[in-house]
Amino acid sequence: MSGTLTLNKITAQRGISVGEAAKKIADLGWNPSYVQEAMTFPTDYKIAKAPKDPMKQVLRSYFPMQEEKDNRVYGALDAALRGDMFRNVEPRWVEWMKLFLAIIPFPEISAARSMAMVGRLAPGEDLRTGFTMQMVDEFRHSTIQMNLKKWYMENYIDPAGFDITEEAFGKCYATTIGRQFGEGFITGDAITSANVYLTVVAETAFTNTLFVAMPSEAARNGDYALPTVFLSVQSDESRHIGNGHSMLMSMLKEPENHLLLERDMRYAFWQNHAIVDAAIGTFIEYGTTNRDKNKESYAEMWHRWIFEDYYRTYMLPLEKYGIKIHHDDVQTAWKRLTEKHYVHKVAQFFAVGWSANFWRIEAQTDKDFEWFEHKYPGWYAQFGEFWKWYEKLSHRGQTNILFNSDVGYVYPHRCWSCLVPCLIREDIVTDEIDGKLYTFAHEIDRWTAVEAFAGEYQGRPTPAMGRFSGRREWESVYHNVDIADAIKDLGFVRTDGKTLVAQPHLRFDEKEMWTLDDVRGHILKSPLLTLREMSPADREAHLADYRKGFTINPCN
Amino acid sequence: MTAVPSVSVGSGAAGAAIFPDSDSRKYRYFEPRSKRATHYEDVTVDVQPDPERYLLQDWIISFPNGKGAYTKDNTAALSSNWHAFRAPDQEWERTHYQRQSKIEAMVQAVIANGRKSGAPKSFDKAWIKILQNHLGAWKHVEFGLGTSLMQAQRYGYTQMINNATLTNSSYKLRLAQDITLYLAEIGMDIPGFDDAAGKHTWLEDKGWQGTREAIESIMGSADYLEQYFATNIVFEPLVGELFRSGFLMQAASSNGDFITPPVISAAEADYERNLANTIDLMHLLVTDNQHAAHNKKLFQGWVNKHVALANKAAAGLQPIWSQPHSKPVQYADARAQSVERIKKILGELGLTLPKE
Repeated sequence: MSGTLTLNKITAQRGISVGEAAKKIADLGWNPSYVQEAMTFPTDYKIAKAPKDPMKQVLRSYFPMQEEKDNRVYGALDAALRGDMFRNVEPRWVEWMKLFLAIIPFPEISAARSMAMVGRLAPGEDLRTGFTMQMVDEFRHSTIQMNLKKWYMENYIDPAGFDITEEAFGKCYATTIGRQFGEGFITGDAITSANVYLTVVAETAFTNTLFVAMPSEAARNGDYALPTVFLSVQSDESRHIGNGHSMLMSMLKEPENHLLLERDMRYAFWQNHAIVDAAIGTFIEYGTTNRDKNKESYAEMWHRWIFEDYYRTYMLPLEKYGIKIHHDDVQTAWKRLTEKHYVHKVAQFFAVGWSANFWRIEAQTDKDFEWFEHKYPGWYAQFGEFWKWYEKLSHRGQTNILFNSDVGYVYPHRCWSCLVPCLIREDIVTDEIDGKLYTFAHEIDRWTAVEAFAGEYQGRPTPAMGRFSGRREWESVYHNVDIADAIKDLGFVRTDGKTLVAQPHLRFDEKEMWTLDDVRGHILKSPLLTLREMSPADREAHLADYRKGFTINPCN
Repeated sequence: MTAVPSVSVGSGAAGAAIFPDSDSRKYRYFEPRSKRATHYEDVTVDVQPDPERYLLQDWIISFPNGKGAYTKDNTAALSSNWHAFRAPDQEWERTHYQRQSKIEAMVQAVIANGRKSGAPKSFDKAWIKILQNHLGAWKHVEFGLGTSLMQAQRYGYTQMINNATLTNSSYKLRLAQDITLYLAEIGMDIPGFDDAAGKHTWLEDKGWQGTREAIESIMGSADYLEQYFATNIVFEPLVGELFRSGFLMQAASSNGDFITPPVISAAEADYERNLANTIDLMHLLVTDNQHAAHNKKLFQGWVNKHVALANKAAAGLQPIWSQPHSKPVQYADARAQSVERIKKILGELGLTLPKE
């Protein structure tokens, strides 16, 4: 019957199966006998069992697949311009993309670099193809995101902030949190950073909120470009999750790894929560204009993806391999997001510091208030007056909210571990490292900096573990400096030499735009250096007071 | 609950309002190489920061020895401005996938068409053994260089250096896989074809041990720039092109094989790009206004070390030229051409080829 005769059947020839192809490619490696490869990125883990490549994909099929994905992305960007997307896009949303897209290309390319670190650690060659593809994927993500940012810069009403993006990334009080995230992938113990922190936790758990929840909120704000790019990015993540899981399974085989895995799962989960939830939670909840009460809040999405999907189906089963899982940490993170309003406190902090950043933050309005109260009961009592103050003080001639004592906001201490400030005031803790005092947002942050990032863990030497370093508290860089001079030094000034890149509103009118003169005359202080200068008694009193929190004064 | 909604101009599109920097539509934090920044520069420059550009707080996590994520001393070479390099091939993700994908489509079409016409069965018998053993061994060369460069792309001080190294690694690993799958596929059409013979030859055959030593020496270097230099400035012209162009591509057709040359040809085009990138970077370093003499001396040392290894590798492979029935090309001619080639490359950098 001609109906069963197809061109495929006439021309088909015997080929090799996917499994066979993957097996042959895995046999490309060998053990060098003339010169040994240098183990330049050490780990304290022992990996004896060769991990398997679960995806069994080869570059022959990988490159055309990725090219096709790219064609769809770039086609969609062209279509968005033809459809006049920017006419209808919500500026409130795009402004936050100045922060998000300043951060994300660095963690992405760091992930590419980190493949070199795990590539040599895994015995056997099976998974090296997987690492190779991930390396090229991450190169894709980094440059495709830079391209998206350039596209916003070229087409959005206010390009300022996009135009200084990578410089701003290195300097801003908010991007420092993103740098902690990205540097975490490439520095310290190679398995801690490139496998557990990056792949097992960040990619497996938190890319859902980063690359799925964010795009859907973008679409609600008239931005179809971000979903197109980021859903394409997310489609690569399943392979990365497979790489991470395979490596994890190899490590689990060695009982002496279990203590380190417990440490790293704890550090990585908590820090991903502290950083990713701070940033993405703020973008989704405060960057949107869509207040549909039927849509999920960030906390609801977190519960679905992080709590149900990741914690219950990925983390919990690790217990049967003998890994201690810190269930309390997951519950604590959940409580921070719901009862303790973590995301809202982060958004409030970003807003207080608006003049020293590089994007516009608009006040929340009545419509927003209703939605927040509906999704997060008790929100209005804590944050309503603040946002009214913010709106009132968004006009030139008012005292910058950062220094306005009428408001009642108390500028927070910075957490030395996650670099998000200690916003849940009652949880602040302090400790010393090498005889110096530091502040931490939570006991787990203290544990991370003091106990996990050290040369010994619970009596076991951990010579490969990284250290927290640099001028981690951003505020100490500008201690006792006039805010106007700091902003100028940061380069967050428009090319007229006076108008700030950041603005506390979306009024695209020169008359309304704040300049250096509008903020000059106020001195920045480092909370940490100030705390260190106190006597022990004053310090205790200060911390006790800090833990009590603050009350925003009524805004009339 | 009262708050005043923000005033809007009714559009989020460029040009909807005029205010300071409403027309600032170029990245303004780096100097483009030419008058206008290229697309490659826009998506590449400064994505990897450093304390000079623009880490206000320095690196905030360090290795236990106190070093941050990227340091200049990952290579013995010195530069007064590591940020100056721009890859001449201007590769970013889109161009990379387009090129790699086209190569894969071409390679697969050639193999499929060749197999449809029964071509592998009419390959010369001696040539089949050469493909089985020696092309089979060569795939490990490409893989070794690919993994070595995958390691190297972690260390460079700038995004431009590391991305050029990354794409070089990607090209090498693609070729290693192309050869592997090509041999597996024609092997199905050729009775008695031993797919495992290539690796055995690579590990055990005396003639290949010089090549293996040269490759393992590159893989084993702890200096990322030496890995990049040794690959493209020394090994490729003296051994890579010698074997690929100087033997496989020239001898295949007269031995009844028109499939191998196009499968391999992509590698030669890859190399032209990778060579251009490498020469440009090394040229910057040998003409550096502060460190030219240091770098030249260092590079000459790398040349001496890796040329000796490459010469030994090439000499070990020499007998392969006499194995096909039809011998359209002599080893001596191919070797003379590769020596000319490396002399030209080294000449660009003011370096000299050591006498054998």
